[in-house]
Amino acid sequence: MRIKSKSILENYLFVLPAILIFAIFYIYPFLKVFQLGLYEWDGIMPTKQFMGLGNFKEIFFQDKIWWESMRNAGWITFIALTLQNAVAFLLAWACDREMKLKNFYRVIFFIPPVLSEVVVGLVWQWILDGNYGLLNGWLVQMGFPQLVRHWLSDPRTALNCVALVHCWKGFGWGFLIFLAGLQTIPRELYEAARVDGANAWSSFKSITIPLMIPVAVTVAILTVLGTMQAFVLIIAMTGGGPAYHTQVPVLRILASMRGSSRFGYACAQGISFGVILVAISFIQYRLSKART
Amino acid sequence: MINLAFNVYNQQNKARGGRMKLVFRGGLVVLCGLYLVAAIAGCAPKKESCSKPPLATISAWHWMTDREPAFRELAKKYEEKTCVKVNFELYAPSDAYTQKVRAAAQGANLPDIFGILGEKRDFASFIKAGFISDLTQDMAQGSPAWKERFFPKALAVNEFTAGNSYGVSPGVYGVPIDIMTIQMVYNKDLFKQMGLDPEKPPQTFDELLAIGRKIKEAGLQGMVSGWGELWMIDCLASNYAFNIMGRDKVIATIKGEVPYTDPDWIKVFDLFRQMQESGVLYQGIVTMVNKTAEQLFANSKAVFAFNGSWCVNVYKGMNPNLSYAAMLPPKVSDRFPMAIWGGAGSSFMVNAKSPNKAEAIKFLLWLTEKEQQAYLAQATRNLPANKEALEDIPTILSQFADDMEATTHPSTWGVSEFPAVIEAFSKRIQSIVIGERTPEEVAKEIQSIKERELAKKKR
Repeated sequence: MRIKSKSILENYLFVLPAILIFAIFYIYPFLKVFQLGLYEWDGIMPTKQFMGLGNFKEIFFQDKIWWESMRNAGWITFIALTLQNAVAFLLAWACDREMKLKNFYRVIFFIPPVLSEVVVGLVWQWILDGNYGLLNGWLVQMGFPQLVRHWLSDPRTALNCVALVHCWKGFGWGFLIFLAGLQTIPRELYEAARVDGANAWSSFKSITIPLMIPVAVTVAILTVLGTMQAFVLIIAMTGGGPAYHTQVPVLRILASMRGSSRFGYACAQGISFGVILVAISFIQYRLSKART
Repeated sequence: MINLAFNVYNQQNKARGGRMKLVFRGGLVVLCGLYLVAAIAGCAPKKESCSKPPLATISAWHWMTDREPAFRELAKKYEEKTCVKVNFELYAPSDAYTQKVRAAAQGANLPDIFGILGEKRDFASFIKAGFISDLTQDMAQGSPAWKERFFPKALAVNEFTAGNSYGVSPGVYGVPIDIMTIQMVYNKDLFKQMGLDPEKPPQTFDELLAIGRKIKEAGLQGMVSGWGELWMIDCLASNYAFNIMGRDKVIATIKGEVPYTDPDWIKVFDLFRQMQESGVLYQGIVTMVNKTAEQLFANSKAVFAFNGSWCVNVYKGMNPNLSYAAMLPPKVSDRFPMAIWGGAGSSFMVNAKSPNKAEAIKFLLWLTEKEQQAYLAQATRNLPANKEALEDIPTILSQFADDMEATTHPSTWGVSEFPAVIEAFSKRIQSIVIGERTPEEVAKEIQSIKERELAKKKR
């Protein structure tokens, strides 16, 4: 009996450092941020005004701009989930096959994700500049002057431009994960299918896609989490403008904190946003489980 | 053979010995010369210097990248004079600085001297939380009093008057280091290119619109400004609000006594539509940051810029040959004078809990003396806060200084607009510029946010 309890104690002692680190750096900050979210506080005064769930109520029922920013982030995420991941998957599939310079392509495709977001944002801002941008210059040279526009200050194009640049910047991650997934599929399966008379499309449809679904789910969850939280690129490209057309939730949290000095409200926004992201990820996970 | 070799060795040795003697004598002469020079230098008037360990070390935080070398130079001078070391620490950009100061306040790590960026409301919170010293007594000392050195408007930004809406005890809580005005500048060469007189900037809004049309015809671009950063739109709009409805009505609007749907406000919003349609505004201005705006104007890519007096230093760095002049935004109405934002550009506050409080105040007193202020103005091309130091500033800077009488600043109004309203105000003016909303729609939206905030305040 004594030996058993000693062993249990030892086990707890071994996991104690991990629990402590988790509690100090994850649980406590989360609870503290939640607690601050219950107050009206400017981040300076030693006193705070207790609001109960007032901040949360304001976020969910009164703050139209918050929901506009959620809608914008949702649109960028939709583009990323579809276009970015489709491109990532196709490129990974191409690089998984026997082809010349495939290692070179792997490196090239992974360059955008490792570049600084601010630098990428500024470079694309110059490319898309309405007056002196490269894109407009190319359009004129190619004989399409009617397409020339102020890409980043036109409300019809600003969000899509940001979304496309985000996809360009982010597809490398999906590419890498898809490639790793494709390489785990046993080659024998394809050989057996070929012996049975399956063509390339049939093999792709019946072997590659089903076996890649768990990988695709992981990529999708990571894409949603990464894209919904995107903001550095947007700050560098548009600053959230014109008007509220490229505002995203993290920019709103920053605006509450810096612009309005509403630290309590910003904390409540952070918690709400976190809960929404967890809920989306959970739904995605359950849906993928149900399908498989 | 051996003898011959020995003789040759002896001769060489003699010659070497002679050379050695010469070198020794030469060295002796040089040493004597150096001694003499040192002795004469010793008799010269002694330069002020501090050879002792510093009597105190003051730390000062700021965000002003362009002023850092000048601050360091002045700190060195001050140490030589007083044996008090001043460590200037730069934290840029300004957003990062703001967060650093707030975090330091929470952690009770504020330096002896620091500046506050943000609204007057934030300044008030720092004071109420006991982080900033009341300098009223110190400002009244001296003959003439310390406060007499400054432009009254520069001091007003650092002052809380009796009965202020922030609940701060009346007094002066900051020391202005330099001042600024925000107005328009125009490119003289581009004016000539359009056939306009470069010495006659537009005086009325109609003249401005007429120039806008000429800009369009000439295939040029109009006014640049950091309107992607919001506060500069707010600035120009409030300039015109003062001109159209007067200060009292603007303040009454902030107090909630006049709605933003008032015809005068709609007139203000409509000016932005007119500017956009006539060609006064640069295409893409709504997402522009001020750094880009400054680059465009400095490189003659825009006819006008709406910018602060700090731009003189920026343009000088970007294009020393730029030919431009400053002007007030052209007036719309004669009912009220045109007002521009101005007053203290940057101020320093003294940490109320600092053990070096007295030394910090002494340093700021010295920093705002005429000599140091003139040096700062020369080195950084910013307008000095000390009135007497204005004598030797560049012509373009003096054009900015000449309009000091027309300045106002939200920090001196005694009331602050709700941040949500300020944001909506600027963002919705962007909507007008991009042609997505009418001035009337914008007025309604801003008013609805104002009413929501007022209701929240009442609760």
